[in-house]
Amino acid sequence: MTTSSAPRSTTQRPHIAAVIMKRELGAYFSGPIAYIVTGLFLLLSGILFFSAFFLQDRAELRRFFDNLPILLSFFIPALTMRLFAEEKRSGTIETLMTLPVTELDVVWGKFAAAWISAIAMLAPTVSYVVTVALFGRPDPGPIVGGYLGALFLCAAFSAIGLFASSVTKNQIISFFIAFGISIVLSTMDYFLIFLPGTVVHFLSYFSAGAHFSSISRGILDTRDLLYFVSVTLLFLVLTVEVEQRERR
Amino acid sequence: MIELSHVSRTFGAFRAVDDISFSIPSGQIVGLLGPNGAGKTTTMRMITGFLAPSSGTISIDGTDVADAPIAAKRKIGYMPESAPLYSDMIVDDYLRYVAAMQGVDANAKVPSLAGVCGLTDVMHKNISELSRGYKQRVGLAHALMQDPEILILDEPTNGLDPNQIIEVRNLIKEIGRTRTVIVSTHILAEVEMICDRVIIISKGKIVADSPTEELRGHFGRRMTLRLTVGGCTRDELVCALSSVRGVGAVKDANSTQIRGEAHPISLMLSVDEDEEPRPALFRQVVDRGWTLYELAVQTSSLEDVFRALTADTPVDPGESAKEATR
Repeated sequence: MTTSSAPRSTTQRPHIAAVIMKRELGAYFSGPIAYIVTGLFLLLSGILFFSAFFLQDRAELRRFFDNLPILLSFFIPALTMRLFAEEKRSGTIETLMTLPVTELDVVWGKFAAAWISAIAMLAPTVSYVVTVALFGRPDPGPIVGGYLGALFLCAAFSAIGLFASSVTKNQIISFFIAFGISIVLSTMDYFLIFLPGTVVHFLSYFSAGAHFSSISRGILDTRDLLYFVSVTLLFLVLTVEVEQRERR
Repeated sequence: MIELSHVSRTFGAFRAVDDISFSIPSGQIVGLLGPNGAGKTTTMRMITGFLAPSSGTISIDGTDVADAPIAAKRKIGYMPESAPLYSDMIVDDYLRYVAAMQGVDANAKVPSLAGVCGLTDVMHKNISELSRGYKQRVGLAHALMQDPEILILDEPTNGLDPNQIIEVRNLIKEIGRTRTVIVSTHILAEVEMICDRVIIISKGKIVADSPTEELRGHFGRRMTLRLTVGGCTRDELVCALSSVRGVGAVKDANSTQIRGEAHPISLMLSVDEDEEPRPALFRQVVDRGWTLYELAVQTSSLEDVFRALTADTPVDPGESAKEATR
């Protein structure tokens, strides 16, 4: 850690992360995976939204946002699984890391690319908002809160996915590690009812689902935002650590 | 100037590189020679900063690589074995990406580099569609992007066809006129052709380090000849040949099938290169009325040196050079 963190003072670092991000986005959007993943995501989220919209006759996005953590637990790992795993499998990690870059540059660049990809996947769902606004008078609070929370949730899950991708050469394993961590964080408040009250109170702080639903109700609490920022940074730091360890 | 001082690298209990030290002044082409698994790639990875040494220090122009990895990486152009590249990218895009990473003006550099590496015709092809030889050239262009003072190439000719090998060798020679180059290989002829100096590594240790021409003389100039003769018995032949000056050990070889010759005798002779016993050997056979079917150099002295130095049992180099020819 001590030796590898020395070069951080060098200039033009953000520039390097941006170059890496651009390459990742280019690779992602020029291949079929982006469209398959985004298409499937829209199909599933659309089913959730329109079933509430038509069958229950509700002009709101509640059901969409309630299920978003679970949906993203599945779809974000699909976006992030290749980021490091593929570089390690094909050996390109060696050509990458011997360019004048630090592990931190690479992690920032790849994280930014993953986050932007996740946001791009979510962007078409704004059409649900338009649909709802055409047929009813939705409360703007939960919708704005829901999307704001979704940005933070995407960041946290992207960081988790990136970490999962750094620990293996196998994209499938990477996917399941990321899915496992994300789904536990998303659904843990469902399981907490079996535990005694004091434990629940403590554990619920770690639940991404609980923090997200609090934001998506339109309540802006810094503790919720801080939670997502902490999770994101924690997994980014872990990823940098994993990458540095591979050199040692 | 590259300096390695008591560098070791372990992977768990395995010592891939074991206490090696050498220094390479600028402008030298050095061949890192050794059998597969000897520690060549690990050594190169440590110089390029891809792996940290477990102990010892590596410095480039007097600066420890561990203290200033970015500065060191800027000075080094590196092509890993089999040139791993992003196969989903177009060559032109890939080189522009590398230029951006190196902080080089792509519009000025990429076209000229494409010319040097012979890539002009494939610039708009996907890297995954390229032949092995072209991929290797893209790897070379990657390594040369920032005009590095030091070029490190891991098995640059591995897997290429003979024409491509010659092209890449010429390119390395050309590039090496103005830079320090380290090339790893397990092909001896390659070292003899392009390197000023050879460092032979075996089991993580340096077993020889000297200028290419000297290495041969250092261990005795001996080569192995293969000889096939018809019309005589084995004992007659051995007796006749042993009398020739410069002939050392004589060994039986697998005989070849020859039409119209029932019992051709094949022998391996260890001979002194300086004596040049071949004319005398020829006359010995012909004067007795025998037929000479084959007289060929089996291994050059450098190959013997290499085999001796990298053989399983560690022996005294002078002794082992002779041993291998027996």
